[in-house]
Amino acid sequence: MIAFSWRQFRTQALIGAAGLVVLGVILLITGPHLVSIYDTALAQCRASGGASSDCNNPVVSTYSKLQVLASALVLIVPVLIGMFWGAPLIARELETGTFRLAWTQSVSRMRWLLVKLGLVGLASAAVGGLLSLMVTWWYSPIDKVTANRFSPASFGLHGFVPAGYALFAFALGATTGLLFRRTLPAMAVTLVGFIVARFVVAGWIRPHFMTPVTKSFGIDPNGAVGFSASPGGSLQFMAGPPNVPNALVVSDSVVNNADQSPSAAFLQKACPGLNQPPPDIRGSQAHAAVTANGQRAFQQCITTISTKYHQVVTYQPGSRFWAFQTYETLLFVALSAALAGFCVWWVRRRLS
Amino acid sequence: MSWVLDAQGLGKRYGRRWALKDCDLQIPSGHVVGLVGPNGAGKTTLLHLAVGLLTPTAGTVTVLGRPPAADPAQLARVGFVAQDTPTYARLSIEDHLRFGGQMNPGWDDALARQRIAELDLDLDQTAGSLSGGQRAQLALTLAVAKRPELLVLDEPVASLDPLARREFLQRLMEFVADGGVSVVLSSHLVADLERVCDYLIVLVDSRLQVAGEVDDLLASHRRLVGPRRDPASLPSGQEVIEESHTDRQSTLLVRCDGPVLDPAWTVEELSLEDIVLAYMGNASTARRARQKMEVVS
Repeated sequence: MIAFSWRQFRTQALIGAAGLVVLGVILLITGPHLVSIYDTALAQCRASGGASSDCNNPVVSTYSKLQVLASALVLIVPVLIGMFWGAPLIARELETGTFRLAWTQSVSRMRWLLVKLGLVGLASAAVGGLLSLMVTWWYSPIDKVTANRFSPASFGLHGFVPAGYALFAFALGATTGLLFRRTLPAMAVTLVGFIVARFVVAGWIRPHFMTPVTKSFGIDPNGAVGFSASPGGSLQFMAGPPNVPNALVVSDSVVNNADQSPSAAFLQKACPGLNQPPPDIRGSQAHAAVTANGQRAFQQCITTISTKYHQVVTYQPGSRFWAFQTYETLLFVALSAALAGFCVWWVRRRLS
Repeated sequence: MSWVLDAQGLGKRYGRRWALKDCDLQIPSGHVVGLVGPNGAGKTTLLHLAVGLLTPTAGTVTVLGRPPAADPAQLARVGFVAQDTPTYARLSIEDHLRFGGQMNPGWDDALARQRIAELDLDLDQTAGSLSGGQRAQLALTLAVAKRPELLVLDEPVASLDPLARREFLQRLMEFVADGGVSVVLSSHLVADLERVCDYLIVLVDSRLQVAGEVDDLLASHRRLVGPRRDPASLPSGQEVIEESHTDRQSTLLVRCDGPVLDPAWTVEELSLEDIVLAYMGNASTARRARQKMEVVS
């Protein structure tokens, strides 16, 4: 049974393996160059006192097309596996009637199903995982300077969690193929279902894997701050992104010691010039004077706010990255196992 | 008595429609059994129940004394060729033979390869490139090389041209002649079955109409032609299957336990096809009557 499942899967497996090898070679050739840029160009730039964002540039901008390609592959390969390995796995046998041939050999149909799911499922996880680990290794110099590995765009494209995605996409494809009994609709549903699952987990479930850390930051008057005004005219104060590298920020707010946000009345009082129509100015000198006055007033206003208020941030620190990778992988493995269990039940009860 | 197939009150329902209903059937071993009936009569359902592809909604069925497809050992005892003889289109004949070997502990590889050689087929050819007749032969090879005790074939020749039909049935008979295997094959054409079967089952409208050895069926069915008369007045051993009347004459097709002694009748022997058609006609008359009653009530 295993030998025959392998025979059926062989061509697809070889295509997958060839793709991995080609990408692996490209990454192996270019990876060391990226590391050397990180080691030399960045160090030189920092030593000569360049601004950090300028110094990051050579690293971040090297092989920019390959960066996009590698990320795109890690993003879409799992769903491609679901559509092209998962969806036809059972659907094609049902479509063409070969399941009647397979189920009347001297092998129970449970064994038939479990061997198929097991073999191609393992291959799916292996391809998703290997691809991601290769890309993660290649990306490591870039990740060091961008320090943003918990961002939605980075977390799911690094580490071993794509192995879980690929396994889940495969199981989803196999299950929908079994339900629809036709490959094409199963592929479409797999595509949509996988995207929905990824979004839901990334947006609503991942931030709650562990209790987030809460930390207060003073407001830096020279940092990025701003105001927003709603159409009704009430003012709100906003502080810029907190300086916690690699973190997954769950929430951040500006409050005083009593845990209250700055009220519109307070802001109006601290910053009387805000939310007023600009003065009527004629002439460049007058313009410069008004601008200087405005800046001074603004500085004063921010300083007033920063003495009474601070920024409270809840976040998952970057040190939890691998723990979160493990949790999310386990979550997708559990989902895959549930789908496989459903397939077993369906084949036993409904397809007879 | 060991039955090849023993069905008691067997039924299968899809939604509200019964594909097979109240089927009581016992087939003794050692026969080539023809299952005949019009399209949609429930032949495939009965065969799928027998090989374990379906589970019954009502009643029970055992094959060779055990529930169908109960375990790999039971699966090994029954060979099956499904309708339209499915094979893996992208795999070669060689792959199919390996498939048979890997999936069946009792696989007779020499037999399989000999059959393929006799058919003059190239082992590297993919199943998708075979003609309908060749594909059917490949499917038959897979089924017989697992050396089953019972071979079940669902409309194996339906899609074949007359020549391929004859060759297929010929190969099948060669295999049957070799050793004590029982065969059940279905067709909607009596002509296909007449040559090869010694046991016949007629299934119409999801219901079993008649089952028995061909010789017995031929011996027990007669056409009676004589002066017009009410069929109800026949002796108790004679059951009317089909009747037609003119003003003065009655023609009855009857099943009778013994010889017809009434000298008023001209007694004619029947062909198998006559008998099968009579049962089919009988069933459709009954269906029309049922439908009429439903409309009235």
